[in-house]
Amino acid sequence: MSAPTAASTRGGDGAVVGVVVRRVLFYAAISLVMAFFALPLLWLVFAPFDRTPSLTVRLPDFTLDNFRLLQDNPYALTSLRNSIFIAGTTMVLVVVFAALAAYALSRVHIPGRDGLLYALLLLSSIVTGTAAMVPIFLLMFQLNLIDSRTGVSLVLAGGLLPAAIFILKDFMDATPRSYEESARVFGASPLQVLRHVVLPIARPGLATIAVWALVNAWGDFLIAFILLRDPEKSPAGVVMYTFYTEGGQANLPLISAFSLLYAIPVVAMYLFVNKRYGFRFHGGIKS
Amino acid sequence: MAAQATSAAAPETDAAGLGKARATAFVTPALLLVGAFLVFPALWTLYLGITDYRLTGIAAADPQIVGLQNYTDALTDPQFRNALALTLLFVLGSAIVGQTVLGFSIAWSMRAVPKTVKTVVESLVLLAWILPSSIVAFLWIAYLNRDNGTLNSVLGTSGFDWLLGHPMLSIIVFNTWRGTAFSMLLFSAALNAVPPSQLETARLAGADTFAQFRDVVFPHIRGHVLTNTLLISLWTFNDFSPYLLTAGGPNHASETLPVYIYNSALYSGELGYGSAISLIMLLINLLIAVFYLRLLKDRRS
Repeated sequence: MSAPTAASTRGGDGAVVGVVVRRVLFYAAISLVMAFFALPLLWLVFAPFDRTPSLTVRLPDFTLDNFRLLQDNPYALTSLRNSIFIAGTTMVLVVVFAALAAYALSRVHIPGRDGLLYALLLLSSIVTGTAAMVPIFLLMFQLNLIDSRTGVSLVLAGGLLPAAIFILKDFMDATPRSYEESARVFGASPLQVLRHVVLPIARPGLATIAVWALVNAWGDFLIAFILLRDPEKSPAGVVMYTFYTEGGQANLPLISAFSLLYAIPVVAMYLFVNKRYGFRFHGGIKS
Repeated sequence: MAAQATSAAAPETDAAGLGKARATAFVTPALLLVGAFLVFPALWTLYLGITDYRLTGIAAADPQIVGLQNYTDALTDPQFRNALALTLLFVLGSAIVGQTVLGFSIAWSMRAVPKTVKTVVESLVLLAWILPSSIVAFLWIAYLNRDNGTLNSVLGTSGFDWLLGHPMLSIIVFNTWRGTAFSMLLFSAALNAVPPSQLETARLAGADTFAQFRDVVFPHIRGHVLTNTLLISLWTFNDFSPYLLTAGGPNHASETLPVYIYNSALYSGELGYGSAISLIMLLINLLIAVFYLRLLKDRRS
């Protein structure tokens, strides 16, 4: 696919036709790309509102009954609550621990700091949940943390922390020290300086990390899948795969409505970040 | 004045008067979590991989050291070699070719379209990237369905089961769809840094699109191409979502390494053997990551 070039200065009918043809081909290619990305998503838009959803995509015979099914299923709403708990706990652990560590590493010289940061970043990119699923499963088994939602959050936070510290330290390095120094001159204690000076300045960075951790933990499948056995405790991503009818068929009314409900927070958070900060690019920030 | 001069020079000036003791206390909780759930599992794999640890039975209570048995088993196991080959195909097809080419093409063409078109295209690509993997996997199961999936009705191939007929092609196209956003964002940022005046000069000198790309654009984005390739290779190599589409089937035809580890270690219970495979995966990850970090260092200095 090529970008259209501006009309040639030499002009002539042949050149004009060439430009038009190229323009048409260009937009045909763009339409194809749009279709490639949009077609699989259509089901999520239509099926939840269809009276008799099937796997076929079609304009729905409109109803909201499918959402009522969520209350009848014993695990549907519980699993969304579990997802909120797991994502929330992970987010708090990541933001608090990463902020403390990043601030200390940015302001106080600890021997071997740069080496430590690189080692952490290296570790978090190689020790992925997939490559380490066996030792992680065994570790949690030995610690008696199988079937513990907090256990899932701890593992997720451990994986997200290195990148969070790295990004927040960059952010703290870029914030001026003069405010902290003035506050000290006026007699504030170190902890007061942190709460009243550093925290407000660092808020945009903390918000970015919070959203990033939430989205990652909310979308996790693997860690919850291997560490939680009890469907009562499983988050939305895992419970979705248990929605079958008595006949062994996928329960489409339930799955469609549930998927939409499970997708909305992620889309809302993306729109929020996009509006508030613009969707800036933060290096390799997706695990 | 003197104090301010030094604070500007030394970035690690302790402006809040934190002190070494408090600083250590601040770093400790994060390090403990990382140590317990990242460093320890990686190191423990070294030990587990030389045992005959199993999920149940005698070997579960009293695992024995079996030396390199698991590794020789793995290297001679056709199932493992199959998984390794499929993983390479998956990374090559969906990351290095699929996501890179499509991501770059979109980033390149979005510079010449009206803002509305750009917003729509970018939103669709991003949506595929940010939705939870369980949802997108189910969407693709519906999309590829044999009898009434959308793909078959668009292509007029009703009755063809893509996941059974072409399992590798299915997960490669799926992962291209899923991950193109990253390459698109990275290349958009990179292309913004190409000076328009140089492109204009090349155009006036009569260079066609390909020549413009080769002589003007590529030298500017070479670093980004490498970064992008290494990162998406690493993520695709570790991607577990093929499990949600095919679970490795039919008959191991789409069993990439992550799915193979799950099936042999956690599903069949051979934890020792699974750990040995895990270590091989960790080493491949290490190789890609070290290569990437060296690249970053070279570019910074």
